Amino acid sequence: MKYIVAIIQPDRMDEVLERLTDKNINLVTVSSVMGRGRQGGIAQVYRSHKEAGTLLKKVKLEIAVNDEFVTPTIEAITGGARTGNVGDGKIFILDLAECIRIRTGEIGGAAIG
Amino acid sequence: MKRLGWMTGLTGLGMVLAGALPALAEEVATTVTAAVGATPAPAAAASAVNSGDTAWVLVSTALVMLMTIPGLALFYGGLVRKKNVLSVLMQCFFLMCAVSLQWVICGYSLSFGPDLKGLIGNLDWAFLKNVGVEPNADYAGTIPHQVFMIFQMMFAVITPGLIIGAFAERMKFSAFVVFMLLWATIVYDPVCHWVWGVGGFVRKMGALDFAGGTVVHINAGIAALVAALVLGRRLGHPHKLSPPHNLPFAVMGAALLWFGWYGFNAGSALAANGLAGNAFVVTHVATAVAGLAWALMDVAFNRRMTVLGLISGAVAGLVAVTPAAGFVNVGGAMGIGLGAGVICYLFVSFVKEKLGYDDALDAFGVHCVGGIWGALATGLWATTTVNSAGANGLFYGNPAQFIIQLKAVAITVVYSGIVSFILLKLVDALIGLRATEQSERIGLDLTDHRETGYTMLD
Repeated sequence: MKYIVAIIQPDRMDEVLERLTDKNINLVTVSSVMGRGRQGGIAQVYRSHKEAGTLLKKVKLEIAVNDEFVTPTIEAITGGARTGNVGDGKIFILDLAECIRIRTGEIGGAAIG
Repeated sequence: MKRLGWMTGLTGLGMVLAGALPALAEEVATTVTAAVGATPAPAAAASAVNSGDTAWVLVSTALVMLMTIPGLALFYGGLVRKKNVLSVLMQCFFLMCAVSLQWVICGYSLSFGPDLKGLIGNLDWAFLKNVGVEPNADYAGTIPHQVFMIFQMMFAVITPGLIIGAFAERMKFSAFVVFMLLWATIVYDPVCHWVWGVGGFVRKMGALDFAGGTVVHINAGIAALVAALVLGRRLGHPHKLSPPHNLPFAVMGAALLWFGWYGFNAGSALAANGLAGNAFVVTHVATAVAGLAWALMDVAFNRRMTVLGLISGAVAGLVAVTPAAGFVNVGGAMGIGLGAGVICYLFVSFVKEKLGYDDALDAFGVHCVGGIWGALATGLWATTTVNSAGANGLFYGNPAQFIIQLKAVAITVVYSGIVSFILLKLVDALIGLRATEQSERIGLDLTDHRETGYTMLD
């Protein structure tokens, strides 16, 4: 089991979600986050003064998958989120120690789907 | 112990009110008698009330009320960080309640009551005694005296409100309450009397201030600078502060200020006449030009127009045209607007940075700097072709008027600056001005009011 965390451009979210659905990956948690990359964000200017406003809006996806779904998930995210410009984002993949479905008490791979 | 202090204060307030009620009731009784009396004199006085004038000043009063809440409240509230939005809205709303009461108890009488040596009004009109339906010809002969009183009340409310911009996000609420009541009584009321009260010594000098350039904007603006200096900078100033948390609020606030300012300036004609029309037009034109001027300065120095820049320029224009509205024509208004946008931009962008003080929302940079420009510009562009009761300025062959304006500015800056400093130091010694470092980090909404403006979870 893997836990996939992806940071993408907010306006690519719908396309990524559509492609995940096409590959039968439905479990996903989405949050609105702020962040920056190597370019350091865009400095904001208020009454000629730069204030600490360099972070940009991003969307964070969190997806728990069984091992056979890792490649399709990566394909869906990269396919949907890539524009070729700086700021397209990153995918992080973590080992997932356990997963439990609260309603039934199922454990492990069966709980993910 | 702290709670007990507040309770005692409230009880005191209750007693003051209870004491006032019989006086108020008596006053209403006498004025009603006068209005329906059979003797010819009161009947003549009643007929002096002009319904058009009265209607316009009543509407203007409501417009000026709108400038403080929600106009100024939203303008300032949008510019602070999320964690302090309620504290700023609270301060504006609180002033509406507290200064209104102060005005009834003694503020109006100190400002406009019968003159004592040109310095202050006496207490003959305390609790609005002798302020009734009949017009007071000294101030406005065609509207009820009460209507003039409540129109002026809204000016007394918004003036301390402007100072909030300087000390936002770091002044303790209890200190705010004490300082503001002292300031309204010891700074606003005398300055108002000097400039507008019959017998006031600045008025007798011949200084022109149509709607409050010195009384409102320079007065509050210099107090704002002193407050910013006495309180010190916010944690993280200048480079580690978050941006304004809600610019749409600020835009709505600025728009409401612009709208309300028609009452502020055109209402100051105290009649529905040509002078009110002129004030309305020049107010609008100066504001439009100042907004554009600031926006173009933004383009020149930062390559882009900013929303905050455009609305800041508009507010600077409103401030600057305030003393001039009843004395200048449209050409003068354009000059005043252009100067306001350019001068306030340069001050806020460059001079403020050099000086290093933390006037959080530029109350000094916009209101005092713009106010001084407006007061002096009135001495440049004033013309008796607009208002025969006014005077000509430098550009109309009367350089002496410019000097008078300069004197009025200097008197206001020196008096308000020094007395504001003393009052701040006094309140600091008594209860402390500044919120604790921990409160400042957490935000005043939670620490001073036990509320938050926004929830993250439903």
